[in-house]
Amino acid sequence: MTFTTPSHLTARERARRAARGGPSRSVPVPLLVPALIAIGFLVLPLAGLLIRAPWGDLGAALSGADATQALILSLWTASASTAISLVIGVPLAWVLARSSFPGQRLLRALVTLPLVLPPVVGGVALLLAFGRTGFLGQYLDDWFGLTIPFTPIAVVMAETFVAMPFLIITVEGALRSADQGFEEAAATLGAKRMTVFRRVTVPLVAPSLGAGAVLCWARALGEFGATITFAGSLPGQTETMPIAVYYALETDPDAAIALSLVLLVVSITVLVSLRDRWIRRGPVS
Amino acid sequence: MRRFAVITAGLAAVALAGCSSSSSSSSGAASASSSASSSASKGSITVFAAASLMGTFTQLGKQFDSAHPGDTVKFSFGPSSGLATEIISGAPADVFASASSTNMEMVVKAGDAANPQTFAKNTMEVAVPPSNPGKVTSVKDLSKSAVKVALCQPQVPCGVVAAEIFKNAGITVKPVTLQPDVKSVLTQVETGNVDAGMVYVTDVMAAGTKVKGVTIPASEEASTLYPIATISNSKQKSVAQAFVAYVLSPTGQQVLTAAGFEKP
Repeated sequence: MTFTTPSHLTARERARRAARGGPSRSVPVPLLVPALIAIGFLVLPLAGLLIRAPWGDLGAALSGADATQALILSLWTASASTAISLVIGVPLAWVLARSSFPGQRLLRALVTLPLVLPPVVGGVALLLAFGRTGFLGQYLDDWFGLTIPFTPIAVVMAETFVAMPFLIITVEGALRSADQGFEEAAATLGAKRMTVFRRVTVPLVAPSLGAGAVLCWARALGEFGATITFAGSLPGQTETMPIAVYYALETDPDAAIALSLVLLVVSITVLVSLRDRWIRRGPVS
Repeated sequence: MRRFAVITAGLAAVALAGCSSSSSSSSGAASASSSASSSASKGSITVFAAASLMGTFTQLGKQFDSAHPGDTVKFSFGPSSGLATEIISGAPADVFASASSTNMEMVVKAGDAANPQTFAKNTMEVAVPPSNPGKVTSVKDLSKSAVKVALCQPQVPCGVVAAEIFKNAGITVKPVTLQPDVKSVLTQVETGNVDAGMVYVTDVMAAGTKVKGVTIPASEEASTLYPIATISNSKQKSVAQAFVAYVLSPTGQQVLTAAGFEKP
């Protein structure tokens, strides 16, 4: 299929199109109208948040004890979840991408399940496993007197459960599409397998690793259903920002809007930092 | 390309025309906007009621439906504070039954209800799992750091009354979780995730053998009044008023008393 540039274009326009590649830039009307509706649907609620924000009292709304505590808790639990996901998720991504064993497809499906599972179901599952009367939790309670629900550890566990699959999937995809020639070259030069992993594989997939970690962090920050079910809600201990927003709507709507704005700004920052080239491009080619 | 555009534009125009005509025809019909089923009966109302009213109001709803053929009652149970916020934001309720006068006053002040009438009173009790792992024998035990306590969020009526009781008893309680409504506190106790929870007397009764109750002495006890009112912009005012009258009637009061509610 060849594209011919229409003859009514100026030389500069023709050069620009040749550089960009592809067919005509104008959008056909049957696609434009639904696209505009989609844009309106996605953008108008966010505009509503900005329009109704208590801009004058923002500082006061955010400095309430609950809001600050929720912010601090959310930030450190999301970071802890991301750290745990990196430590145990990257090796799993490597196992899924580079090794082969019976049941691998089933394992991959199970590992990606939290991506599709409703978060509150994840919370119920965690409770049934690690709750005080859960099938594992009861032994923790009987032998060590350790109960996980209602502690910040439960928050980190809930967030890791829902966010780790993002990292695993991103890194697995990058590993699959990476050029194994570099790793083979390193091996023939005498590098041991862990050295190859450390000094060749990881730098090769670093952009995807970074993007996956950022996605994982953002998902952990926004987690609500699993956290509120498994960890409960107590300001300072387990009340993360999304939960604080939920309850603040009843008591202090200004604080709810202010916290929502903070989460919006964080989300936009995450998206901007990811940018196209991290999501679309895999390892450095 | 042009033909495709014309066809799409035509379909869009037909769809828009269809939407506008159906909305103008349904505005005259009396139908509760909350009922999604196509077979909504002529007199269908939605009652927003406090979570602690779940058992009694469900029963009253069934009795009302049988006594008034052609009318149906649907319920939305939840924390009174959350329900009040929803009503003020325009949720399609016809009746509001709150577990405290504070939340009802919020709705009245916003102009969404008028002339609330009190129909019941409730007091609290400590609920513990049947095995009583925290060895709770009185409400004062809840202040012990080893006892895991679940309370309602402080803005919900059950949280407000619990705070009053703790003040009367002169204790400070550090809960492990603040739940959205009283039924979820009960669930935490039933599943054994906590050692104790502050719930209403009626909730302990409704839970049967799933929990054990620890009575609160009268000197420390606090109570809450339950008002009920029709919502101002209800589209089924007569059915709504009939339901409110039913709750206040001797039949309604009998159901409430049997469940453990006190007379206001």
